[in-house]
Amino acid sequence: MGKTLSEKIWVDHVVRSAAGEPDLLYIDLHLIHEVTSPQAFDGLRLAGRKVRRPDLTIATEDHNTPTLNIDKPIADPVSKLQIDTLRNNAKEFGIRIHSLGDIDQGIVHVVGPQLGITQPGMTIVCGDSHTSTHGAFGALAFGIGTSQVEHVLATQTLPQSKPKTMAINVEGTLKPGVTSKDIILAIIAQIGTGGGQGYVLEYRGSAIRALSMEGRMTICNMSIEAGARAGLIAPDEKTFEYLKSKPHAPQGADWDAAVEYWKTLQSDADATFDHEITLKAEDISPFITWGTNPGQGAPLDGKVPNPADIADAEDRGAAERALVYMGLEAGTPFKNIKIDTVFLGSCTNGRIEDLRAAADVLKGKKIAPATRMLVVPGSARVRLAAEAEGLDKVFLDFGAEWRQAGCSMCLGMNPDQLAVGERSASTSNRNFEGRQGKGGRTHLVSPLVAAATAIRGTLSSPADL
Amino acid sequence: MDKFISHTGTVLPLRRTNVDTDQIIPAVYLKRVTKSGFEDGLFSAWRVDPDFVMNQPQHKGATILVAGADFGTGSSREHAVWALQNYGFKVVLSSRFADIFRGNSQKAGLLTVIIPQEKIEALWDAVEANPALEVTVDLDAKNVRFGSEVIAFEIDDYTRWRLMEGLDDIGLTLKNIADVDAFEAKRPSFKPQTLPAR
Repeated sequence: MGKTLSEKIWVDHVVRSAAGEPDLLYIDLHLIHEVTSPQAFDGLRLAGRKVRRPDLTIATEDHNTPTLNIDKPIADPVSKLQIDTLRNNAKEFGIRIHSLGDIDQGIVHVVGPQLGITQPGMTIVCGDSHTSTHGAFGALAFGIGTSQVEHVLATQTLPQSKPKTMAINVEGTLKPGVTSKDIILAIIAQIGTGGGQGYVLEYRGSAIRALSMEGRMTICNMSIEAGARAGLIAPDEKTFEYLKSKPHAPQGADWDAAVEYWKTLQSDADATFDHEITLKAEDISPFITWGTNPGQGAPLDGKVPNPADIADAEDRGAAERALVYMGLEAGTPFKNIKIDTVFLGSCTNGRIEDLRAAADVLKGKKIAPATRMLVVPGSARVRLAAEAEGLDKVFLDFGAEWRQAGCSMCLGMNPDQLAVGERSASTSNRNFEGRQGKGGRTHLVSPLVAAATAIRGTLSSPADL
Repeated sequence: MDKFISHTGTVLPLRRTNVDTDQIIPAVYLKRVTKSGFEDGLFSAWRVDPDFVMNQPQHKGATILVAGADFGTGSSREHAVWALQNYGFKVVLSSRFADIFRGNSQKAGLLTVIIPQEKIEALWDAVEANPALEVTVDLDAKNVRFGSEVIAFEIDDYTRWRLMEGLDDIGLTLKNIADVDAFEAKRPSFKPQTLPAR
């Protein structure tokens, strides 16, 4: 019987397999940032252990970093201590680090692909749940906790139980104005925040193959929001083309050997998945979330749902609580919802293509009164690329703020936060209570919807302009 | 890691589903570089409400958290596990846990036990009727006991053994480090390295 893509990658990385134990998996790349690593390095020091493979490890500063005045000392002393701790640990253990102000600094999941160290067939981990992003290259990539960060630092391996496999087929052609963000929000609304638990998701079908690498990263990024630790897409010519010019792409004969291997990274025709679902691309329209988990989403053309119409008692209770938190009334058309802040950025939608798509909509327009818009590139290089194309001017002329790279308002660890009761349309990945600031209310949207919303001041798509 | 064999304590009934890690410990609390002191941030947004179940005096001192489905969704922050442990919880019961949270809890020695939703409901009802109810979570016998109820649960033998012995995972892997050496010797040359930087 054939194997699925994730099973092939798994088999290629088993270091040790024993009855009654999880497999010991080799880890090809370990990405590190300031928030989930300090306690892991402390553990190494306490046990007198070293980092086994500094040459398969890379660190960047992203979660906690300011997006203004990055040439000045970090104002918050606790944030500064955490950043300093990462710098000291990198120095002590010989790990490459891209610090604030470095040209390769940025969100860890934007930096890996742009350096070309994210490649097909790899196992990639990071102490961050959005590590699933790297699955867009046909890598098995998943988030881990700090204990596992320490484990990988010390051994370059992780004991892991083999996950089940789920195929998510998206067939057909997307309608204009519909993006990969809408696809993944629609998938999560369909299978729920727990639907992917225990699975690796493989996104397949003509609509997935038609997506750019950036679009594929957006989809894989939010696999965790469906409960799956990893999501991946088989590599193809687009993947190879994207990688070819990147600094860490294999060179010469290594490139040829790599591509030959990468071409085998497809689920076999006779492989069976433990579960399979299919969506029609034509059925998907611009999608938003109305509640406080990413599964509480609906097409933008709709209305705030009435919890009374929800059959499942737990879902009903969750919807009731969500509407209270979000300050929404059942039956309100989504397009009547007034937005205070638009956030364009994050590891989900902070890449150059996302900025281009939004700038296209905004060009020559002015921001709605009493609305603010933050544009935060995913990395320093994305920011530079955007400036080279003049996108910064488009955003600034429109009335948006043009910031330095980082996670920023996606999780509000730095000063970029919502105030109590403030409502955002955000291209990020989580609409949890207080995620973007205590008492803040988040609607997840695509970059196109974010841009149209900033123009009109209410949730909107470019078709409404 | 402390050994976990069996624990008896009282219950905090948390009647909510999809309790994500941003609720368990908001991001603003994640700036600490230690594993302790996170109890202040535990459910901090909900705790400002005096009626929130954690603020009710009859549940003071509870060591077993019983929550709705999909507990621990969201971020990979192990700080969520530490916050629960720092506050005094030894066990979390739910009908479904998010994968990363569960993995983290098993590494850090917080026992997470899956029992069917109807048993979760029964436990909520029993505790709300009698907040002093003593509940035993027995990893050795693989069951949860209260009153005359005995609820069996499943956990894989490997994880159970590690928790009961309080074993260090890294130490276990290092015993087999020769296998890692052998694997590395066969890795293809086209696999990328981060050093030297290009």
